Amino acid sequence: MRISKSPWLLHYDGSSCNGCDIEVLAATTPRFDVERFGIINTGNPRHADIFLCTGGVNSQNQDVVRQIYDQMPDPKVVLACGICACDGGIFKDCYNILGGTDTVIPVDVYVPGCAVRPEALIDGVVKALKILDEKSEKMKRGEYRSLTSAEYAESLKKTDNKAEAAGMEEKDA
Amino acid sequence: MAAKRSVIPFGPQHPVLPEPIHIDLVTEDEKVVEAIPSIGFVHRGLENLVTKKDFGEMVYVAERICGICSFGHGYGYVDAIEHIMNIEPTGRAKYIRTLLFELSRMHSHILWLGLMADAFGFESLFMETWKYREKVLDMLEAATGGRVIFSIMRIGGLRKDVPDDILSGFLPELDKIEEGIRACEKAFLSDPAVLGRLKGVGYLSKEDAVKLGCEGPFLRASGVARDNRMKGYAAYSDMDFDIITSDDGDSYGRCYVRIQEIYQSANIIRQCIEKMPKEGIYVPIKGFPNGEYMTIIEQPRGGACYYVHASGKKFIERMRVRTPTFANIPALAKTLQGCDVADVPILVVTIDPCISCTER
Repeated sequence: MRISKSPWLLHYDGSSCNGCDIEVLAATTPRFDVERFGIINTGNPRHADIFLCTGGVNSQNQDVVRQIYDQMPDPKVVLACGICACDGGIFKDCYNILGGTDTVIPVDVYVPGCAVRPEALIDGVVKALKILDEKSEKMKRGEYRSLTSAEYAESLKKTDNKAEAAGMEEKDA
Repeated sequence: MAAKRSVIPFGPQHPVLPEPIHIDLVTEDEKVVEAIPSIGFVHRGLENLVTKKDFGEMVYVAERICGICSFGHGYGYVDAIEHIMNIEPTGRAKYIRTLLFELSRMHSHILWLGLMADAFGFESLFMETWKYREKVLDMLEAATGGRVIFSIMRIGGLRKDVPDDILSGFLPELDKIEEGIRACEKAFLSDPAVLGRLKGVGYLSKEDAVKLGCEGPFLRASGVARDNRMKGYAAYSDMDFDIITSDDGDSYGRCYVRIQEIYQSANIIRQCIEKMPKEGIYVPIKGFPNGEYMTIIEQPRGGACYYVHASGKKFIERMRVRTPTFANIPALAKTLQGCDVADVPILVVTIDPCISCTER
């Protein structure tokens, strides 16, 4: 696979149990080392290309997640890390959990696991790199622009299908 | 002329924080005069799940209170239920629990050392310490099958046994980890650049630490010898260890206490492996719990209380957890008063904040 740029990643804890968060950090350390793809864990949304969101989103955190997503420049990719970020996981029945990350922002790659293993995360990040490349190609041709979180919320109202709401094309596996 | 006061928001998204917490820093020039923490970004309402999961399943939910001290949370809940149901786990189960508890403490403290190194901008030290943390995780994975969430606890004992050959294989690994941490210790405790960031930063006196109800290494670094392991739950009564304290009361003292506790945990694990009894690991349970119990155990971050109220049904009525980070937040607000804005990230990290424990 050709990597055309050094994407920087940003990590935010939606409302996870911390297990996935430390695995995200562990993925950047020498044993797993996503930094070999030129990836740096940045703290600034405006420098980030890949957004790793862990945990289901709770009511106090939803605006923070939306704001971070909107602050990231185009093209951007969102990874839902861990089963809680995919659909709520073990905390799905909790009163304060809205659901997975895709209840507030469009998600491109889902990485399940409780807690998600760093190997799975690396696989997800490599998939995300490919999506990032596709998005930037489309952007150059002027065919693509990421949805803002407000537009995503609007399109979620119209359909139950979250992939459709995010404007993603159906692909054969 | 008095300096103008302004408010700097810190968090919830901040490079030094793996988890969201928000602090409003009221500053005069470069000095913080007041810090107002606000929490609630990771509140899930986990305690309420007791009404939806039965008391056996709840062990796995309790472990997911926090991914760093997950074993301790599982232990605290199981300990409370076992006391209500009058179950005495076997000696081997107690020893393996103690061993896993200490491995969790090692991994948590090494993780903290790495985050601390990251906070004062020593990136290679962060990578170095986490290299040794991976070795601890390997041991945990060999023993339980999980890296951060173990799901090995069960009411009445353990879900599976850890074979003796795996346990004896831990001994050389422990030596390697200890050797590695001793090399890192030099950077943390004697490197002049690091000392400049740690010495005298965030001083908390012994009286204040007691008055504000601090817990764990944060309390012991201010010279108070309090460690709940001394109560002798699990197999701690058979172990030979002392409480580690420091009289410094600053960030350096907290660093010192946690590093020494890593060696102490390694010693306790060696004692566990040496004295490990050979017997079953599970006592069958009958019926449902009926009654209430409150237990306190020593987590890596300090004392954590678990309260369980059951009424003889499949679902228990109420579970309540009080975690050490919650107890340490008032002291954090106190140490932040009068510090430089540049020291805030370090001070927030020195309490070893575990927000997902705090908010559940």
